[in-house]
Amino acid sequence: MIFEHFFNDPWVILGLKLAAVLGLFLTLPLIVGYGEHKGLAHMQSRFGPMEAGKFHGWAQLIADGVKFIQKEDIIPEAADRKVFAMAPAFALLPVMLTFLVLPFGPGLAGDEANGFFGENMDLSLFFVLAISAVGVIAMLMAGWSSANKFALIGAIRGAAQLIAYELPLVLAAGAVAMQAGSVSLVDIAAAQSDQLWFVVPQFAGFIIFIMASLAELSRPPFDMPIADSEIIFGHMTEYTGLRFALFLLAEYAGIVALAAVATVLFLGGWNAPPLLDISFIPAPFWTFAKIGALAFVIIWLRATYPRLREDQLQKMAWKFLIPASLIQILATGIFKVAF
Amino acid sequence: MSSTETRHAGMLPGGPGESIQVVVASDEEFETKDMTLSIGPQHPSTHGVLRVVLTLDGEIIKDAIPVVGYMHRGFDKLAEARDYRQIVALSNRHDWLSAFGNEIGVVLAAERLMELEVPARATWIRMLMCEWNRVLNHLMFIGSFGLELGAMTPIFYAFREREEIQALMEMATGARLHYTYCRVGGLKEDLPKGFIQRSASLVKIIRSRMADYEGLLLGNEIFKKRTVGIGRLDPQVALEYGVSGPILQATGVAEDARKTEPYLFYDQVEFDVPVGANGDSYDRFHVLYLRVLESLKIIEQIHSKIPAGPIMPGKMPKNLKPPAGWTYVRTENSLGETGYYVVSRGGTEPWRFKMRTPSFHNVSMIPELLRGVLLPDLISVLGSVFFVVGDVDR
Repeated sequence: MIFEHFFNDPWVILGLKLAAVLGLFLTLPLIVGYGEHKGLAHMQSRFGPMEAGKFHGWAQLIADGVKFIQKEDIIPEAADRKVFAMAPAFALLPVMLTFLVLPFGPGLAGDEANGFFGENMDLSLFFVLAISAVGVIAMLMAGWSSANKFALIGAIRGAAQLIAYELPLVLAAGAVAMQAGSVSLVDIAAAQSDQLWFVVPQFAGFIIFIMASLAELSRPPFDMPIADSEIIFGHMTEYTGLRFALFLLAEYAGIVALAAVATVLFLGGWNAPPLLDISFIPAPFWTFAKIGALAFVIIWLRATYPRLREDQLQKMAWKFLIPASLIQILATGIFKVAF
Repeated sequence: MSSTETRHAGMLPGGPGESIQVVVASDEEFETKDMTLSIGPQHPSTHGVLRVVLTLDGEIIKDAIPVVGYMHRGFDKLAEARDYRQIVALSNRHDWLSAFGNEIGVVLAAERLMELEVPARATWIRMLMCEWNRVLNHLMFIGSFGLELGAMTPIFYAFREREEIQALMEMATGARLHYTYCRVGGLKEDLPKGFIQRSASLVKIIRSRMADYEGLLLGNEIFKKRTVGIGRLDPQVALEYGVSGPILQATGVAEDARKTEPYLFYDQVEFDVPVGANGDSYDRFHVLYLRVLESLKIIEQIHSKIPAGPIMPGKMPKNLKPPAGWTYVRTENSLGETGYYVVSRGGTEPWRFKMRTPSFHNVSMIPELLRGVLLPDLISVLGSVFFVVGDVDR
């Protein structure tokens, strides 16, 4: 009796949800990071981590984290100390907030406000896209405050890249929102339960979204902001220890977040693949499986492709991706009105 | 009062403290200033300690000055204080990626001065080792060029292959990097049992794996975008700077000391000198790739041609004293033409030992390629002007 009352208290539910979101935020990026270690290694005829935690080095990233904590926290003498110190937080917070609205499973029957998501926000798609763009401020802060030329070049590149790629990202997501008739991630995922996953009608949009996500995350082949052979490590050049680790965590959390958004928008979210009667598997499994598959593709691309040049990247965004996503929107609009 | 004030001025561009130079300009006269960026000597893209001081306008390179000498070890002078045996070991070191290719020239020079007859078996084995060393060297650059352009996989593939070649060479020479296998007159010791068979099977393995690089790099759209038409070198400019090896061949000049002035038995094997058409980064890389295939072709021919016989000519004196005179030996080393100018005055040590190394001449041409390109293309250019810093500085 008393427990029933306890779990009906909205504050308790909120607390539990936040704890779960934080837990996911801290574990999923590590799993993706470990997957990258091992996946890349096996694609490159190596083993990758094998020692930490005995079994195939599963604890490697935990060991890395412990190492990062022990490292000296160096702030360059010429750096703008406050801005320099705050930048990692600005990188991490936006990604953390996106986790709040990512739906991993449907709302509970009879209680649509609660389910496998932190918060069912009406504008969650907009929220995710808007807040993930805040990350660029962290890049600029870090690059400018480091008093390092390489960091500055990296930060400027990152900002230019983000401006160029935010547009196709939003347009591709917009086309999906038009088709689903909602900008709530939960509704968009639910809309795909009884119809074709949006990846089929919006295939061009899906490709555009993945490419733009890679550019936003500065992942290869669009990793010019941190191109290690040109500008050392871009805006992160001067960072050490925990602050550096936070930047890395933000990067991998970003992979998870954008893979999750792509899953919801295009790959049917938590819905099981059609034509298969496997409803006994819980819905969140499908979300995680699809996120994992997309993350694998992102890792795979890193193993395969060299890096584009910054101006070639800009050309691709403005001359190809943005027109293509506009055509996709036009096609979706015609489709919506005509049928 | 002048509204433009400069603090901490007058420092070496790119030198220590240069980053804190602050120019405060008034609102009316906001002028842009070129940025001087020092790439290296410690920078992940310069594999070694080459430093390039760049003048940047935005990301466009207006001028580039290579600064060499961070690794200067006085090879020429060291050689004058050592006898010929010791110079073999010394010459292994400056270009650590083509150690065998270096030592061959030293013994050839000494043998020419002494007019020694080298047994045929020793010469064929020397050629075999030279070509394996060339493959080893080229694989390294094939891998590292990909890495510099952001493709991380080729370098691991290259090291997979290099590991097996090094194991093969270790089998004969006992060393993996600095072989010191040559002796004036012949070789340190004969090939071990099973070497030729192992070498033959390795040729097949490497050849089949070369397709990996073709797929990952040569045929890759992004790789082409980054390299085709970038850093074009004019054959005339290349010749004026004394550029040689794959970089010269990429401009369309089929110059190869193995063909134009054959040493060892290179006139008795068949191979082509691959040439490029445009002299851009892509061509340089492509020529390097084709040179590996040509080397494998040569290795296969050598396998069937190695005769039985001794590897040293009879009894050699303990102290080698070449008669007074001079000689110049041209060899086509992995990275280009290596020349050895040796003057003897009849002593156990050479009176003068001057080396002409390909990397030095190739690097001196870099400013010609860099003017006007974008900063990211610096990598595409530097990575494709294959050089070893030890070979630049000696």
